[in-house]
Amino acid sequence: MPTTQPAVNLEVAKNLGLNAEEFEKIHKIMGREPNFTELSIFSVMWSEHCSYKNSITWLKTLPRDGSRLLVEAGEENAGLVDIGDGLGCAFKIESHNHPSAIEPYQGAATGVGGIHRDIFTMGARPIAALNSLRFGDIKEPHTRRLVKGVVSGIGDYGNCFGVPTVGGEVYFNSCYNQNILVNAMSVGIVKAGETVSASADGPGNPVFIVGSATGKDGIHGATFASADLTEDSADDLPAVQVGDPFQEKLLLEASLEVITTGAVVGMQDMGAAGITCSTSEMSAKSGTGMQIDLSKVPTRQSNMVPFEILLSESQERMLIVAKKGEEQKLLDVFDKWDLECEEIGVVTDTGRLEFFYEGKKVADVPAEPLVLGGGAPVYEREYTRPAYFDKIAAFDQESITTPDDTLATAKQLFASPNIVSKRWIYEQYDSMVRTNSMGTNAPSDAALVRVKGSTKALAVTTDCNSAYVYADPYKGTMIAVAEAARNIVCSGGLPVAITNCLNFGNPYNPEVYFQFVNAIKGMGEACRKFDTPVTGGNVSFYNQSVHKNGTEPVYPTPTIGMLGLLDHYDQAMTLYFKEAGQSIYLLGQSREDLGSSEYLRLIHGVEQSPVPHFDLEEEYALQQEVSKIIKAGLIDACHDVSEGGLFVTLMEAAMPKGIGFEVNTDASIRKDAFLFGESQSRVMVAVKPEQEEALLNHLKAQNIINTKLGQTVAGNVAIDGQDFGAVREWKSTYDHTLGELIEQ
Amino acid sequence: MNFIAEVDIMPHQELLDPQGKTVAKNMKNLHLDGVEDVRIGKHVTLKLTAADEAEARQMVETACQKLLANVIMENFTYELKEAK
Amino acid sequence: MKFGVVVFPGSNCDDDMIHVLGDVVGASVRKLWHKEESLGDLTTDDCIILPGGFSYGDYMRAGAIARFSPIMTAVIEHANAGGYVWGICNGFQILCEAGLLPGVLLHNDTQRFTCKNVYLKPATDKSAITAKLDQNKAYKIPIAHAEGRFHADEATINQLVANQQVLFYYCDESGQVTADTNPNGTLRNIAGICNEKRNVFGMMPHPERAAEDLLGNTDGLDLFTSLLASTEVAV
Repeated sequence: MPTTQPAVNLEVAKNLGLNAEEFEKIHKIMGREPNFTELSIFSVMWSEHCSYKNSITWLKTLPRDGSRLLVEAGEENAGLVDIGDGLGCAFKIESHNHPSAIEPYQGAATGVGGIHRDIFTMGARPIAALNSLRFGDIKEPHTRRLVKGVVSGIGDYGNCFGVPTVGGEVYFNSCYNQNILVNAMSVGIVKAGETVSASADGPGNPVFIVGSATGKDGIHGATFASADLTEDSADDLPAVQVGDPFQEKLLLEASLEVITTGAVVGMQDMGAAGITCSTSEMSAKSGTGMQIDLSKVPTRQSNMVPFEILLSESQERMLIVAKKGEEQKLLDVFDKWDLECEEIGVVTDTGRLEFFYEGKKVADVPAEPLVLGGGAPVYEREYTRPAYFDKIAAFDQESITTPDDTLATAKQLFASPNIVSKRWIYEQYDSMVRTNSMGTNAPSDAALVRVKGSTKALAVTTDCNSAYVYADPYKGTMIAVAEAARNIVCSGGLPVAITNCLNFGNPYNPEVYFQFVNAIKGMGEACRKFDTPVTGGNVSFYNQSVHKNGTEPVYPTPTIGMLGLLDHYDQAMTLYFKEAGQSIYLLGQSREDLGSSEYLRLIHGVEQSPVPHFDLEEEYALQQEVSKIIKAGLIDACHDVSEGGLFVTLMEAAMPKGIGFEVNTDASIRKDAFLFGESQSRVMVAVKPEQEEALLNHLKAQNIINTKLGQTVAGNVAIDGQDFGAVREWKSTYDHTLGELIEQ
Repeated sequence: MNFIAEVDIMPHQELLDPQGKTVAKNMKNLHLDGVEDVRIGKHVTLKLTAADEAEARQMVETACQKLLANVIMENFTYELKEAK
Repeated sequence: MKFGVVVFPGSNCDDDMIHVLGDVVGASVRKLWHKEESLGDLTTDDCIILPGGFSYGDYMRAGAIARFSPIMTAVIEHANAGGYVWGICNGFQILCEAGLLPGVLLHNDTQRFTCKNVYLKPATDKSAITAKLDQNKAYKIPIAHAEGRFHADEATINQLVANQQVLFYYCDESGQVTADTNPNGTLRNIAGICNEKRNVFGMMPHPERAAEDLLGNTDGLDLFTSLLASTEVAV
């Protein structure tokens, strides 16, 4: 083992991902030349992932206040929202894109593990998981291999951990061929007053590491920058991190139990940059410091040197600051759960992180300059309007002819992997454990999750149609927020707050940065309108494909994870037809708009067209009215119009109980736009005959634009008098197509 | 010629093996406290026909590299015998 | 009848079971930690539940490590003395590994974890959990497992059938038992069995997930009420 540290110079700093200016800044902060370990600490803390240096300026423009927020955005591991009855809801979404591209199973699994740890480290018990996945062209064998790996990774980790996967979204587009997106969200519940902060108060308090042993996971960058790298040391570097959901389950139970002992001062899970990040963030938050003896950290591999222990990203670990004198309570709980729990240091009042190894001090750095909001660098990047916008503006809808055979077109569109049921995927996830999933036997637009011990239910959803964001980052992102809110409203809930996962290309590409800036502007405006503040989230840059002629960014994909609330679970609204003989209405304006629809892409091969019609005020007004109609008990089913247009909305309402429908299109609008267009702010409702008059009176009184489409019937579908066959047959296509595509 | 290949596929030594670790830890319930470490892999038997040993070896290598082992996570060793 | 729900490390349906038994059924129920060596005040009139989940992560084989947990000695004694033991999903797997029930649960033939609603047809009324069920009804109860393919040698299967030890078959909505309604490749569509003395039950589907109106399905509740009603008569 090398006893001395590698020499430090600008070359080494650059290999660690730091630039000359940053290297200079570190000198200034330290007042001397940093040693290799110290430089490594700065390099990981000032990485994009930990410091948000290229995004924070814009993220700060998002609305981050609200009467329900219990912690400020970005202050803790996840957002925390007051849901009443003395309960709080912690929730967050995070990406694990690049690890999943290398090893889809472990990458996705550890992504799920990481986001759940963010929730239970705050003292909240995760009760629901969601995800948002983007894959390339499903015809590519490589894509199918990735789908299988990612889905079983998410399933195996979440199923074993015992938290139901209640919702999500999956899209296929060749822009993700080389760079898939795996975004995972966790939602947890905590009693008010039982939350734990990621802080390190009280000099003299002991610091513990608990959970898995520390291995050389995720330290490639620093290790390759180290001059001491030899053939042998490269051999024992793990290429992937292996998740251990069983260990995480024990860590969850032990963490929640140890909080009840009152012996915990602060707790922080270890994700990126491991011990470095958790010690610096906890210390900076409390204005304290820490002395840590790295030789006491249990290691999985022999011959680990200090910087490797500091930077290791081994999974299923936590850092806990305990009350001095109450250490035994901690040890007892972790012993009960057969977990390792080692005292490795102490909180100090110096504001410095002092790391020791075998009696020698190996690093001594101030905590504050390391962290976001402290001294970490902040950059403003240039941005320019993307050239491809010209092609989008040049699209002429008149050049698209309406197909003669509507039935054949509907069948072709309906079999798109972006439209069909994701059953093959979600049946591999345990969606029912914890017995709160209200959607198993009665689906809604958002996933409804009962909160035990109260009358409340959560409505949760993840949404982002990245084709819209590509066409118009500003409006497209507003639509992502609006659709999430619409899904919650159509389920009987009130939108409360969001978490975001911002997946973009290289921020140094001005066109990519233009997408980013405008997405943030759109998100901010929509979130202000819906009164859904941003509680936190994650930025993932550098999502791109590498070609011979350069790089191609993925479609900008700002995934919205939205939390909604039902004060009483009796307010739940479902999306499906219950019986024949009900009238079907469309609320909102039908428009002659094919923009960025699945129909244009799939049937006509048009990849570049304008974003579908969207007006924020119109959308907001519609949602307010839908909410009132549901509360007044005037409707029996409610489903919004999204991908695939009104036709797919109607089919999705028909399939759960096999109830058919007979509807007529509007002669004043081209038939393909009426049935398959994706213009926004439209909701389909079904009404019982005895309530139809009351509904119509209400719609008239409130001046809500509406169209009577037709009625529900037994088992068959007809449009403009044309027989479209049995719902049963459509459902067979819907349920089996994706599995057949993936298993081929 | 007919051959039999006995292939062992094991997780890379530097990776966490959650399964092996959990099994090792719980050997105490069988009063086998002396078991210090467990690592769990797979054993695969292949029967194959090839012109000669070199070709058989090539076939086994390809099968391991492409399918039997996930080389990002696992390594493999094998013994090749001529089948009687 | 009182209930004890064993919590193994990695059990994750323990809270669900306690919720249904305590809050929905209104029975007396408590957790039993796997390191305990006795069942405390629970007697042979009471029922020990081995809940679903992933005890020890399902590492090696589902249930393989859990059967050696300290409490299992007491559970086996309880069963041998005639006390009720009911294993659901992972609990069923543990009971087979422990030898309290015959056979073994193999990986699903799809090689995938599967979570969905399925239908069950009661195969006998000669067990406490099926005695009060409508023998002609198809009960909608979900499964959620990767290792649920029941397997035993031909003689054992024939004996299980002859002795009416099969509790449930996977069927369709109308109660038809066919190859298409077999979700995991299990022999003869078997979803659950009991031992010869009819006091140890094992089943892969989760009745505790189908026991509340709010969740849109109460078919599973009938199994719990059957157990309580039929043991009352017996006592």
